[in-house]
Amino acid sequence: MVQEKAIIKTSSVKSLITFVKDIIYWNLSGGIGYQLYLCFLAAFMMFGIYAYMVQFNLGLSATNMSNIVSWGLYISNFTFLVGVAAAAVMLILPAYIFKDKDLYKVVIVGEVVAIGALVMCLMFVFVDLGGPLNAWHLIPGIGFFNWPSSLLTWDIIVLNGYLALNLLIPGYIVYCHYRNREPDPRKYRPFIFISIFWAFGIHLVTAFLYQGLPARPFWNNPLMGPRFLASAFAAGPALMAVVLIIINAVSEFKVEKQTFNKLRLIMVVSAIINLIMLFSEIFKEFYFPTHHSLPAVYLFFGLKGHNTLVPWIWSAIGMNLLGTLILAFNPGRNHPKVLFPACILLFLGIWIEKGIGLIVPGLVPSPMGEVIDYAPSWVEIGITLGVFSLGIFVVSVLLKPALIIEKRFEVEQGT
Amino acid sequence: MNPRNNKDCRKQQKDNQVEDNRCGRREFLKKAAKVAALGSAAMVTGGAAGWKVSGEEVRLRWEEYLKGYYRLMTQKEKDETVRRLERLAKLKRGVDIQMSNKEPVEGVLFGYAFNVTRCEGFMECVDACVKENNLDRKSHTQYIRIFEMEHGQMLPEQGNGKYYHEVPVPNHYYMGVQCFHCENAPCVKACPTKATWQEPDGIVVVDYDWCIGCRYCMAACPYWGRRFNWNEPDVPNKEMTKKQHYLGNRMRSRGQMEKCTFCIQRSREGKLPACVDACPTGARVFGNLLDPKSEIRFVLKHKKVYRLKEDLGTDPKFWYFID
Repeated sequence: MVQEKAIIKTSSVKSLITFVKDIIYWNLSGGIGYQLYLCFLAAFMMFGIYAYMVQFNLGLSATNMSNIVSWGLYISNFTFLVGVAAAAVMLILPAYIFKDKDLYKVVIVGEVVAIGALVMCLMFVFVDLGGPLNAWHLIPGIGFFNWPSSLLTWDIIVLNGYLALNLLIPGYIVYCHYRNREPDPRKYRPFIFISIFWAFGIHLVTAFLYQGLPARPFWNNPLMGPRFLASAFAAGPALMAVVLIIINAVSEFKVEKQTFNKLRLIMVVSAIINLIMLFSEIFKEFYFPTHHSLPAVYLFFGLKGHNTLVPWIWSAIGMNLLGTLILAFNPGRNHPKVLFPACILLFLGIWIEKGIGLIVPGLVPSPMGEVIDYAPSWVEIGITLGVFSLGIFVVSVLLKPALIIEKRFEVEQGT
Repeated sequence: MNPRNNKDCRKQQKDNQVEDNRCGRREFLKKAAKVAALGSAAMVTGGAAGWKVSGEEVRLRWEEYLKGYYRLMTQKEKDETVRRLERLAKLKRGVDIQMSNKEPVEGVLFGYAFNVTRCEGFMECVDACVKENNLDRKSHTQYIRIFEMEHGQMLPEQGNGKYYHEVPVPNHYYMGVQCFHCENAPCVKACPTKATWQEPDGIVVVDYDWCIGCRYCMAACPYWGRRFNWNEPDVPNKEMTKKQHYLGNRMRSRGQMEKCTFCIQRSREGKLPACVDACPTGARVFGNLLDPKSEIRFVLKHKKVYRLKEDLGTDPKFWYFID
């Protein structure tokens, strides 16, 4: 209904100003359900801001992190979401390079999900800082940027660069469609190539952040980078499939079954590679356990009576296996009723495994052999929920106008 | 923004309940104006203490917040920040401190040796360190940890770092760990703002005010040598060590990383670190590695020495030795 109205409402002159105006207008003019949904997200964001104010006043002692588990829920989510952002390449590559028509139609969804994921990544890093007001010390010129020595500076560069690319490319294409013009490939194709390499870059660099620390044997593992990619290329498309199923259900924008099938194949292949690598890691840790296997023991079986992570990691493995099997054998023939829960299972499984299941065991036992348990405090959970809502909010308010424009462009090109 | 504001207000409200609602809008507006003026400064320096502050303090805090990276400061700027910090300590807490920014002495490279045969686990060193370096009493921060080891154990991670009984226990030995001031320090490599670095005299230091609190150095350290200020550190004025160094025992704030500095405020003045001074058994040896006549050189030459996690190639300047 709204979309139709939007299609009819075409102002004669279309400029960047009307583009921005229309985006705001379309977001404000959704049905009551959409407005309630945005309010719901806003409420969570407010709660997140409140929790952050508590943390700002008390310092990071408001979290349950300590000198032993010095990174917790925030950095776990950051690590996982980098993967989600990188996974957009799984749509960008076939859509723009191999000219796959089905995936080209939904590539905007992948790009917008990547933007949302990157916003969340940067927010998670920011809320994890002990001195957020000092963040300007990182800005080259007025601060001091320890590049290329510190991997963290690399990560800052690649994440911001990828965010810029993912705003620029779809922004240009959608803007051209908005003005009812074909975008000029000569203008955007070079950036597509950069963004493809960049996508692998963001996830490898994030893996190197951990991989490059000999102090932490659980992380200091050359398989980390490739495994990050494999799991990301499973979890990312899973999230995109979920978003597409939702879009299919609530909007005029219709997605072909064919598209879901292609996404499913990407997920299955990646998830299987991920599981093989997981098995290889587990083999190495447990065939001949050494002193360096203690973090893995802590993760999978518990150590010295500390076993908070054990149920989490086993459910993660269960969800991973089950999700992969369902997607591989495809009993529902890509029917959303089967696809949706399978994607959620796979996504959650990888979220646990690549989040808490990766960060905390890297830090426990401490280099001095201490073993403790970690569970996030309410402040951490509140801020995390707030950041998630912010991400979902960003995705929603960008995707809604983008899909209206795409739909309208399609109609106008057709007639 | 400020919880104290609310509390005062509520209290007053109770008192004046029958009369008029004075704590209402006017009071609020008055306080809001104050917030506008001082809130910024409070935010910059971290909240709670931002209420009855003078204009001078606001100015000093802003100047402190906007100051640059210590290593890129000119000598004049270094002197200015030290004067500001002294003045702020007076304004904020009413204590007179003397802060130095003494540069490293040429021809000096500090090294440390620990005699595992002699140490009996009294932990006098830990106490001395906490006092000397103004470590947070609230979270019981300590740079030094002593592990009680059984014979045959080699790494502190196998020992007991939480013993609480009469020492020494027969058939056990004691091993102290702290920051090892590695020549090839993983923490220095990791820091995204280079807020931590190695000084020419070998001491790995932190510019507390430049640290953004990302804790990557902490993850990178294989010796668990670094400590983070999760809360606002608390040291009673009476117990505070007033002789401070910019890179050493000056007061830290929450959200900043800190670590052992070989008591830079003492060692650069030619004194021994507090832990060495305090050790009742003489298990701790400290000195200039470049001086062939120093005690540390004697130990390195004549004793059986070893270092922890030699395989990581961090090249610590902290040796253990057996008599």
